[in-house]
Amino acid sequence: MDKSLNWREYIITRLIKASGYSAILFVGLIFLFLIKEGVPALGEISLSDLLATRWYPIEDFFGILPLLTGSLIVTIGAALIAIPFGLGSAIFIAEIAPRWLREILKPLVELLGGLPSVVLGFLGILVLSPNLRILLDLPTGLTALAGSLLLGAIAIPTVVSIAEDALDAVPRDYRDGALAVGATRWQTIWRVTLPAAKSGVLTAIMLGIGRALGETMTVMMVTGNAPVMATKWNSIFQPVRTMTATIAAEMGEVANGSSHYHVLFLIGLILFLFSLAINVAASSVVFRQKKRAERILS
Amino acid sequence: MKRTLRISQQLSQRLGFSLLTLMVVATIIPILAVIVYIIYEGAPAISWEFLSGFPREGMRQGGILPAIVGTFYLTLGTAIFSVPLGIAAAIYLAEYAPENAATRLIRIAIINLAGIPSVVYGLFGLGLFVFFLKFGTSLLSASLTLSIMTLPVIISAAEEALRAVPQSFRTVSVSLGGTRWQTIRRIVLPQALPGIITGVILGLERAAGETAPILFTGAAFFLPQLPNSPLDATMALPYHLFVISTQVPEMPFHIQYGTALVLITFVLGMNLAATFIRSRARAKRQW
Repeated sequence: MDKSLNWREYIITRLIKASGYSAILFVGLIFLFLIKEGVPALGEISLSDLLATRWYPIEDFFGILPLLTGSLIVTIGAALIAIPFGLGSAIFIAEIAPRWLREILKPLVELLGGLPSVVLGFLGILVLSPNLRILLDLPTGLTALAGSLLLGAIAIPTVVSIAEDALDAVPRDYRDGALAVGATRWQTIWRVTLPAAKSGVLTAIMLGIGRALGETMTVMMVTGNAPVMATKWNSIFQPVRTMTATIAAEMGEVANGSSHYHVLFLIGLILFLFSLAINVAASSVVFRQKKRAERILS
Repeated sequence: MKRTLRISQQLSQRLGFSLLTLMVVATIIPILAVIVYIIYEGAPAISWEFLSGFPREGMRQGGILPAIVGTFYLTLGTAIFSVPLGIAAAIYLAEYAPENAATRLIRIAIINLAGIPSVVYGLFGLGLFVFFLKFGTSLLSASLTLSIMTLPVIISAAEEALRAVPQSFRTVSVSLGGTRWQTIRRIVLPQALPGIITGVILGLERAAGETAPILFTGAAFFLPQLPNSPLDATMALPYHLFVISTQVPEMPFHIQYGTALVLITFVLGMNLAATFIRSRARAKRQW
């Protein structure tokens, strides 16, 4: 073999390997820059001021608790919608729908995943929130509830596609076995298929929640953006403000290097760590399951 | 006794199936309703002037050309960075990577990249590209930020497409004296191409519709001319829709719906193209 070919092969292989490792580099860089710009906030504002209940940056009140509770209540609301509807749809598509219907439903759900969040936020302002206001007789329709409803819709495609994959991966023999001993299809789904796909379903739920927690434009547009503590059950009917919306709304107006700037990066760092925790947990569930499956099958 | 048990089982199955059917309907109908409603409300606003003119009278009249062009540039810029890098990374994972801890770490990193909130990408782009590398608020900064966000989608889809190519294809090529790279370049990549293209389009579709990552890295409220260089800021369809639906008082509805319609046509057009390529490739595939 001639030498130039060897050299080219060597260089290309190196480049490909470097590209492979680039994902680690980017996660590292993101973490690094969030720390670099966010951690100084801890030196400028005392921890007790950060963990306070008042967010009013113009007068140097940087209490992030209202933003945390805002994100929490909107995300819980979204999860309560996305988990049942997402799993229900996944079970229907994977276990019940005939093949032709499946081929229609899957792209349709993917289509929902492709709708830009700003479009949903736009319809949230013009259509959803005015109707919520009238229907529930509220002073404003721009509430945590409006955010939860739309975020639920945004998280559904994530839940459906991962849960459906997990159900699909359950071997046919399991179902045939259950049906052969006289179980109905419904019993087979609940007692055999779903438990067998448990880890994938759990992953679907976690990533769906992660998707809702990180969503920005929709919540910024429809939740009313009031940084108040959302600690009572009826907070869902009031305006709230999430961590993501706070960053998006305020970063454009802060002075580079100010305390406000650093706190916004700190909030970004908190969001990053949340998503890291969710994703590492989700991937370790999958990994453990895979190991167990390998052990059983070997 | 046995008989009643049987009936109740049948009944619970029927009830259960009905419930699941209802859930699917409740999931699907709103999607279709949203699309149909935007087309219905937005179509009257679409005219040649709307698509080819600049906004006038504080955006309340005129067209949205700079936002359309801006989104096109951003999508193109994102593709320039993320497509070669994403495909190369996928080749590494599918064809070269050994099953060890380092590879597992790459996979965890990719999963994490996919899960990072879009606004956090915006912060990162602001810190690295706008300030640290001094690219300023520009097409370049925004495209680079969107590229990193798009990367996990492209890598996962391309890796899946590469892995789907049967092992025997590689064995034959290598046994005829092809090197590893020649095998990938001439045999595996062409076979996986439709799957890779589908993944690329789905990744770019996400980039085209995103607002949060470009908020502070490249998006402009209003510009009187089109961007001239990669270091200029740009208008973009999603950001423009955000601006005219929240920041401009007394905005005429038809312009808002018209902008939303152009945006979903752009994004869902890409989605349909990806679905089409995938299904056609599946039908034509011989292995």
